Order: sequence, then C-alpha cells, then structure tokens
Amino acid sequence: MKNNSLMKFGGIVMAVTAFFYFAMNTNQAVDAKSKMKVAFVYLTNPGDHGWTYAHEVGRQQVEEHFGDAVETVYVENVPEGPDATRVIRELAQNGNDMIFTTSFGYMEPTLKVAKDFPDIKFDHITGYMRADNMATGNIRFYEGRYVQGVVAGLTTKSNKIGYVAAFPIPEVIQGINSFAQGLRSINKDATISVVWANTWYDPVKEGDAAKVLIAEGADVLAQHTDSPAMLQTAEKAGVHGFGQSSDMHDFAPNAQLFASVNNWGPYYVSQIEKAIDGSWNTGEGPDHWAGNTWKGLSEDFLVLTDFKNMPADVADAAQKARDGIADGSINIFSGPMSDNEGNQILATGEVLDDGGLWAMNYYVEGVIGKIPN
Amino acid sequence: MIDALILTILMTSVPLVLAATGELVVERSGVLNLGLEGMMLMGAVSAFAFTYATGSLFIGLLAGIISGAVTAAIFGFFVLGLATNQVATGLALTIFGTGLSGLIGADFVGNAITGLPTLFPKHFGDIPFIGAFLSLDIVAYSSVIIVFLVWVFLFKTKTGLILRASGISHDSAHSLGYSVLKVRWCAVLFGGMMAGLSGAYLPLMLTPHWSEGMTSGRGWIALALVVFASWMPSRIIYGAILFGTITIMQLAGQARGWTIPPQLLSSLPYLATILVLVLISIRGSAKHAAPSNLTIPFISSK
Repeated sequence: MKNNSLMKFGGIVMAVTAFFYFAMNTNQAVDAKSKMKVAFVYLTNPGDHGWTYAHEVGRQQVEEHFGDAVETVYVENVPEGPDATRVIRELAQNGNDMIFTTSFGYMEPTLKVAKDFPDIKFDHITGYMRADNMATGNIRFYEGRYVQGVVAGLTTKSNKIGYVAAFPIPEVIQGINSFAQGLRSINKDATISVVWANTWYDPVKEGDAAKVLIAEGADVLAQHTDSPAMLQTAEKAGVHGFGQSSDMHDFAPNAQLFASVNNWGPYYVSQIEKAIDGSWNTGEGPDHWAGNTWKGLSEDFLVLTDFKNMPADVADAAQKARDGIADGSINIFSGPMSDNEGNQILATGEVLDDGGLWAMNYYVEGVIGKIPN
Repeated sequence: MIDALILTILMTSVPLVLAATGELVVERSGVLNLGLEGMMLMGAVSAFAFTYATGSLFIGLLAGIISGAVTAAIFGFFVLGLATNQVATGLALTIFGTGLSGLIGADFVGNAITGLPTLFPKHFGDIPFIGAFLSLDIVAYSSVIIVFLVWVFLFKTKTGLILRASGISHDSAHSLGYSVLKVRWCAVLFGGMMAGLSGAYLPLMLTPHWSEGMTSGRGWIALALVVFASWMPSRIIYGAILFGTITIMQLAGQARGWTIPPQLLSSLPYLATILVLVLISIRGSAKHAAPSNLTIPFISSK
C-alpha cells in the first residue's frame, strides 16, 4: 500500500518533470554557414521587465548591430543546476561559437561545459569563476545608486531613506554604500534604513517592507529586489522611489524619480567584436570578479531613465553626478571614508580598487544598523 | 506610525485567513489539499486578467473565486473520483497551477491596475487607536465574517456535523446514509473558492500587478496555519495575525536597526506550527487533533 502510493508519487513527479522538459522553449538555429553563432541561456521567460528581459533586449541589439554576420539563438526557462549543464552542453555541441549564460546559478554548469569545449568562448553573467575560455560579464550597477543617493538627498524632507535589499552579498552592499556616498555628498543629515527581504522576488514581502519603511518615516525608497511592488506601495503612499533593472514608470507614474537600467547590448556587442578580431580575453585575474570588461555609465552598460517627478535643479544635480561618474571626475569610493562604526576605511586621497569593492562587508557612514551574517 | 504598522499586519493576514479557512473546511471533511499555492496562483492570475480586461474589480474577484473552484475541481476529480493519493495529487496541483498561471499571465506582466478601495472614507484612518481597523477593504472585512459563518456552519448546523463526521469516520457517516463523496466534493470546491479569493487579494489589493509565482509560498504558510489553529476556525484569525505580526515586526525591527537575525524570525511561523503539533500530541486530546480520516480515500463498498 505504502509502496504503491510512493510509486504513484514518483510517477507523477516524473510526468511533471517530463512535461517541463518538453515545454522548455528551445529556439534552435538550423542553417549553419561560416557566420558566427552566438547562444544565450535565460533563467525565465523574458517577459517585458526585469533581469532576463534586459538580456533579451541586449540579444536583439546584437542581431541589429551585426546583421547577417552573427546568428543568435536562445533557450529560456532554464533552471539553475543539472538542467543548465545539459542545455549549455547541447548548445556547445550544436556548433555555437560563443555562449552567454545569464544567471548566477549557471556559474558551475558553465565551467563544467567550458572545460570540455576549449574552442568555444563562454561568458557567464554574473559570478566569480573563470577558465581560459570562460569570462565573467558584469555591469557596475552601483554607479547608478550613487546618482539615486544624490537625488534622494535633495528630495527627502524627513531625512529618512528606506532601502529594500535582497541578500547581504557584496554586489548588494556595494549598492547600499554607493547610494550612501551619493546621499552624503549632498545631505549629511539623512540616513538610510535597510530592510533585508531575504529574497530576490516576493512582491508581497517587498511591498510590506516598503510599507514598514514608510511607517517608520522614510519618504524616499530604493530597492535591490526584482518586483515593482515597492514602487507601487510608494505611489499609493505618495512618497518617491527608484526603479530597478528596467523602467518601472508605468507602475508608479508619480513616484518613480528614475530607474537604473541594465543595458547588456553594448557589452555583448563588444565581447562578440573582440571574439571576431581575436582580442577576446577573460579579464584580469581572480581578485577582480568581473575582470577588465566591468563597465558602467561610461560605456552605457548602465543607463538612467529620464529624471521625473523632481524640480529642475535636482535633475541638474543628478545629471552632473551621472556625467561625473561617466567621465571619471567623481570617484564614488574615495577618502576620507569611514564605516558606520567610525573606523576609517580610506584616508584622504585614497580610492578603493575593484578588489576592495568585492570585499565590502561593512556599511559606510549614513547607513543605520549592521549587516546580518 | 504604529497605526500604519497595524494596518500592514492586518492586510498581510487577510490572504492567509481566507486560504486557511477554506483548507480547514476541506480537511475537516477528511481531504488534504496541498495544492493551495496552485489554486491561489490561478485565482490571482484570473482576477488580474479579468480586472485588467474589464476594469471591474468585482468581475476580477468573481473570476478569481471561480478559477480557484475550477482548479479545485481538477483535484476533486482525481482524489474523489479516482481515489488517488491526496498528498501526491495536491503537490501535482501546486506545480500545475504554478505553471499554468505563469503561461496565462505571460501577456499581463508589466501592467498595473488600481487596487481595491477602502470601505470607509479615507479620513476614518486618522481616528486614534481604531484607525487601522477602519482602513481596510471589503474583502478584509468579509474574511472575518466568513470565518464566523464557517464556525456556525461546522458546529451549529446538522450539515456541518455531517461534514465533520465524514472527516472523522467516513464509514460511519456512510452507514448512516450520508453521501461522503458529495460532502467532500462540496468541501473541496469551497476550499478552491476561498483559495481563489485569497489569491485574488494579492494582485487586486496588496500589490496591484501580476507576476509569475507572486504568492511566494503563502499557500504553504496557510497550510501550516490550519494545523496551528488545530482545525478551529477562530484560531485561524489569531494565528494569521500572529504570523503577520512576526513577518512585519522582523521587517520593522530591521528598519529600526534591531539585531535579531531575520532568517530566524522568518522561520518562526513554521517553528510555532511544529510546537503546536507537539503540544497536540502530548495532550493527546481528540478535540484538537487532526480529523482521523484525513488523507484516507473513501471507497464505497456498497
């Protein structure tokens, strides 16, 4: 009896797995000529906002830029883990010259397959493992946060900023600290309260976190999670906020000040160009997560949407901060800089290098509380 | 400030109360439906789609309720019609609902709607002490009324007694001439309607947009809540508010710089549920135990 129901259960699990296996949308190329073949692996259906959508826009830009010289294919809804290994291996066997794998959890699968196909170039986004034929792609997301901090510093009346964050990993902490540096460059009285949602994606919880921060007096909100829930909550409560990954203006026409948008097209184009002319490399070394291809506002890898819902002088200040980061005249993490317990991190004149950025395990001045471990 | 926190706690609790109340009736009749998450997602996507298409929140709510019931009917067909394993079928329903809702909802991602209005005029919310309780929407108030009606039904009516009897000993109920399957069908469909309404509350009220998998495990919390409430309707409200308070206070604690690990607080609802299970088993009282025929298929021997 027990055995029987177990088998039934097993059967259902297998049937469901098979269903998803076949339902996975494989958009595979057929004609193989001398043109360069580039493949993309997506975590979800691209939809029309968020992380994977931004990659799909990048792929379309590649098609547009190279025309007939490059042919692209993509596979969507690929779960992280063993399934990813299988999909990436299949793409390698099908004669693709270059494969972009666009989620953190594809790191080890990509590495595994890269070792077996030394002639194919792999590009994993984002992570920290590399091989001779596997590069790491990343964007200096934190640069946009500095501009957000500047706008927040000029917009807030309560001097309380709320920040909904996903997980305490260096990439997120970089963002919080960069935001704080921007905020304090304008407004030394304002502070940032961080709420960790412990999830990248849970609209209700993100909305709850926003409500709580507003209840605690915050009147400008920032987020490092994926859903538009925080901005919708801000819109309803009549406060302001910043969009994440893609433009969320439609969700919060009165609340969104601007959004930092990941623009993968230029990165893809430059990597593919390098592969064609033979200058492709994997970056500098193990201490720099993203290698020497790690760019942001300067190369338009990161773009900011129009500055809205703010007076002209605030928009001017935002534009200045953006241009300053892009041309290098503003260095976000430069001394004097202390953590929020008063320990000096950088003396006057010192600047933080990329290794220091990836080793951040402290909040800078202006952020309240401690990083959970 | 405190009012705003209380309001947030109450609103977070509403979908839990709705889904758990439905599941409580299902389980009282002797059926365990682990597919809450799937039914909620189907309710959520239908409610959003219909509201977006027609502009009517009422039609949206109705669509959510109906699609919850339809999804539950699939479960009923297997579990009651074919007497399949309830645990396995329920899990399959969750996977099915998650996938299908994502497919249906793909075209609606990226759109926003205006959520449910509050029932009373906005300035009622400024009244001290009770302001938060007067700032809710019609679904929130209805959820309390539904819990009360379910209590009346289960413990004050004959039909309710038959339903409970089906859950405790379906053979006895059958030999007295009651149709166990009919009772369970009604319970399963009611559970589906409540799960659909609960799901509808997310895109219509809490976060007025649709996105794949937006329930993020609230169906599982609701399942835990039924056990936490030891199958008593009124305790669902206390439990939901307790779970909601834990969730919101861990967020508020962080905003105030308290140093309690948020991971620990996030796991508290589950720890509390396990504690209740342990207490039930120590006290050994049948009154608070699970219906004894829970998950056992009824096959009439004629």
